[in-house]
Amino acid sequence: MGDFIVTLLTGLSSAAALFLVASGLSIIFGVTRIVNFAHGSFYMLGSYIGVTMVTALGSGGIAYWLALLIAAVAVGVIGVAMEVLLLRRVYQAPELFQLIATFGVILVIQDVTLWIWGPEDIVGPRAPGLSGAVTIFGEKLPEYDLVLIAVSPVVLIGLWLLFNRTRWGTLVRAATLDRQMVAALGVNQRWLFTGVLFLGSALAGLGGAIQLPKGGADLLMDFNIIAAAFVVVVVGGMGSIGGAFLAAMLIGLLQTFGIQIFPNSTLILMFLVMAVVLIFRPWGLLGKPESPGHGPVEAPEAPLRPANRKLRIIGSGVLAFLLMLPVAHLLLPSIIGDFTLVLVVEIMIYVLFAAALHFIMGPGGLVSFGHAAFFGGGAYAAALMVKFTDAPMEIAFWVAPIGAALLAILFGWFCVRLTGVYFAMLTLAFAQIAWAIMFQDAPASVAKALGEWFGWTAVEQITAGDDGILGIWPAEWASSRVTYYYLTVGLVVAGLLVLRRILFAPFGYTLRAGRDSPLRAAAIGIDLKQHQWIAFTISGAFAGLAGALFVYSKGSVFPTSMEIARSFDALLMVLLGGVHSLVGPIVGAATFTWLNDIFNELSYWRFLLGATIIALVLLLPNGLVSLGDTSVGRRLGLGPGREALA
Amino acid sequence: MSTPILEVSNLSKAYGGVQAVQDVSFVLNAGELLALIGPNGAGKTTCFNMLMGQIKPDSGVIRLKGNDITGRPPQRIWRMGVGRTFQITATFTSMTVRENVQMALINHQHASRRWWKPAAATDVAHADALLGRVGMAEQGDRACSVLAYGDLKRVELAVALANDPDLLLMDEPTAGMAPKERIELMQLAADIVSERGIGVLFTEHDMDVVFAHAHRIMVLNRGCLLAEGAPKSVRANAQVREIYLGSTVRAEVE
Ligand SMILES: Nc1ncnc2c1ncn2[C@@H]1O[C@H](COP(=O)(O)OP(=O)(O)O)[C@@H](O)[C@H]1O
Ligand SMILES: [Mg+2]
Repeated sequence: MGDFIVTLLTGLSSAAALFLVASGLSIIFGVTRIVNFAHGSFYMLGSYIGVTMVTALGSGGIAYWLALLIAAVAVGVIGVAMEVLLLRRVYQAPELFQLIATFGVILVIQDVTLWIWGPEDIVGPRAPGLSGAVTIFGEKLPEYDLVLIAVSPVVLIGLWLLFNRTRWGTLVRAATLDRQMVAALGVNQRWLFTGVLFLGSALAGLGGAIQLPKGGADLLMDFNIIAAAFVVVVVGGMGSIGGAFLAAMLIGLLQTFGIQIFPNSTLILMFLVMAVVLIFRPWGLLGKPESPGHGPVEAPEAPLRPANRKLRIIGSGVLAFLLMLPVAHLLLPSIIGDFTLVLVVEIMIYVLFAAALHFIMGPGGLVSFGHAAFFGGGAYAAALMVKFTDAPMEIAFWVAPIGAALLAILFGWFCVRLTGVYFAMLTLAFAQIAWAIMFQDAPASVAKALGEWFGWTAVEQITAGDDGILGIWPAEWASSRVTYYYLTVGLVVAGLLVLRRILFAPFGYTLRAGRDSPLRAAAIGIDLKQHQWIAFTISGAFAGLAGALFVYSKGSVFPTSMEIARSFDALLMVLLGGVHSLVGPIVGAATFTWLNDIFNELSYWRFLLGATIIALVLLLPNGLVSLGDTSVGRRLGLGPGREALA
Repeated sequence: MSTPILEVSNLSKAYGGVQAVQDVSFVLNAGELLALIGPNGAGKTTCFNMLMGQIKPDSGVIRLKGNDITGRPPQRIWRMGVGRTFQITATFTSMTVRENVQMALINHQHASRRWWKPAAATDVAHADALLGRVGMAEQGDRACSVLAYGDLKRVELAVALANDPDLLLMDEPTAGMAPKERIELMQLAADIVSERGIGVLFTEHDMDVVFAHAHRIMVLNRGCLLAEGAPKSVRANAQVREIYLGSTVRAEVE
């Protein structure tokens, strides 16, 4: 009994920081429609600044709380700086483009934090007068937990008063419902956005500072909280503070009790809950359907044109370069080494992966946050086939896209009922579930249970979890580096051409039709969901083919091939290259992989990569392919990029 | 007498406390040009949305050529021979004018899942003929996103005609056009009605257009059908003059 109550209270107290972060995220999204990935970084900064302030102000009772408040305000100011210096310049860019800007901010903040506070974890200061424990039914509970339990409802009430009792709050609510209306009222939208960024970021900072006595500060806090915060916001309903409160309590309790019941499953419980909620309530617990026409107004995409002469020449040139590279390698091994071929193979694999994602994301208008599920799914399908049946490579190259397509059929059936951010988050949830299945080798557990039931001897390991599947090497004929290079180039180019062909055919046009106007699409007889489901499957199949090329190029596969970071890399590639162009994902994947490779060696590479991303976002808001639209590009004779490079 | 194209009985729809459409019944026959008029907010668009399945009615029955289509999704209603234009135009902005029409033609042939032959090369002649019909032949290659509003309305009409509909629903088809263009467009609709013997239901704010072309007029006010009949009798109806025309006058004063 006492045990249960104390666990319950611990869960509620751990939900406090989560609620603060998530409510800020929800407010920012509700008004600006910006998916702010840097929000976790603000939480981390709240902790670090909090530590510094507590140390500076001394440990008196009032000084401690003042320090937390200062940390929150400081983080709020940092949020405002991000809005004014960065986001404000990209509101007109394609939807979700701000996402990569905030991704750049994450990387920069990580290295700046490392530089200022060093790599060691910092133990949080104790709250003066609250370092003891209370006894409840014979069990001990830290006094500070009681404070944390009280914080969430207090903040909830405060926000409610702010939004319902002040003019500014009323505007925020109106803007959440309908931004055009606020613009029509003649309110200075910019200041509204800036104010919202301050409030939202300050809440994240407060969340980071207030949990100091329990969790301290470390450099992984940003990634650890951001996924949970998004889950809370989506489960609660984007833009709903009450929903965020409910969901934070739910997730907080779930994690605390989850650890006790299924010690291995906490990573995944949260995503399972999100998947279930979204399947039954597509807009979260307390959310409302997104009204059409909400959000930033994007410039319409240019009509699709067959490749013009310029693009044909560039394309042929790149292909000729790719075909000649191994020849140069054989002639001049000292200049063009093995390493160059390996890098180009890697680039080509990601080019195919990015093009597959772009297929559903650009023309399909459905942004997937979890496409690594199909990349890794294909890789695992091939590797498992080889491991258990000794299948030759030629078979595995068929099994991978088919396996990935089957996975996409399954996930897609649930996902395509949703739209926008909800679709994105459901794909993320499924990808995380798939990742956890590989990571914890769930198939082996199932086999073992079945084995005990029927009295078989089951295999010990199937996916082998973290150890991965090793020894997946190409067939004899393709085993030389140069042959595998040509195999990769051939398959990737063929894949790109097929995807392109589909986009120019009625199927691709129908996809774009549904993205442009679902209303008109239905009124000319298009069953949009069915087409989106098929497109999702095609996209998954090509991602799976990329996964097969990947597993044979490395000789092994690990759960990391399915992790969130891999999905986001692909997302960054597409957005960086230009989502409104068929060439965009190719350019983006090549640039991103290459930059990653260059920066990887350097210290503070995150800062460099993040700063580069931010610079590209600011200079080329329509992606790298819009280089031709800029004055520099015109001087280089690239000409109008977006139209020409369709 | 043959079955009417459209037969609506006791159609109702409420939004929260607002009774947008209440107990509306009417019949539309082949070869008939029927106008639905009424002040802003009378429920005309809501009626259209229920007829083509964009929203589900709370109660009532809609029959198309004798078949009950109440509550069916728009895709299926379109397949049964209903074309529609929207009050706020809905076109594919990333496509050219011709491609917009081609999309409708492609779907008419159940060809939307073809994945090899380029879409831009299918049904070009047919699409151009439809565009010619609405006076947009010259503009086939232009992007839809750069068209003037009146031209967009014409594109929508060409799209709506692509499946050879038996019933055409036009929600304010002439909004955004100059008076001369309005008369031309409605003349075109009248021609199509007499050529193909289809039924047309349209809403329109320009009373000159309505009285010049409609065979029959229905007046909707606050969701209820107020009057229905030949233009002459509707014009003479005292209630209509008072409520409908009165409210327009007031709206104009405001
Ligand atoms: N989606 C909706 N939600 C709430 N009320 C609506 C909605 N659509 C229409 N209404 C209301 O229904 C009534 C009829 O609207 P509408 O059919 O658009 O009229 P009309 O087309 O004759 O101008 C209006 O009072 C309008 O405010
Ligand atoms: Mg209307």
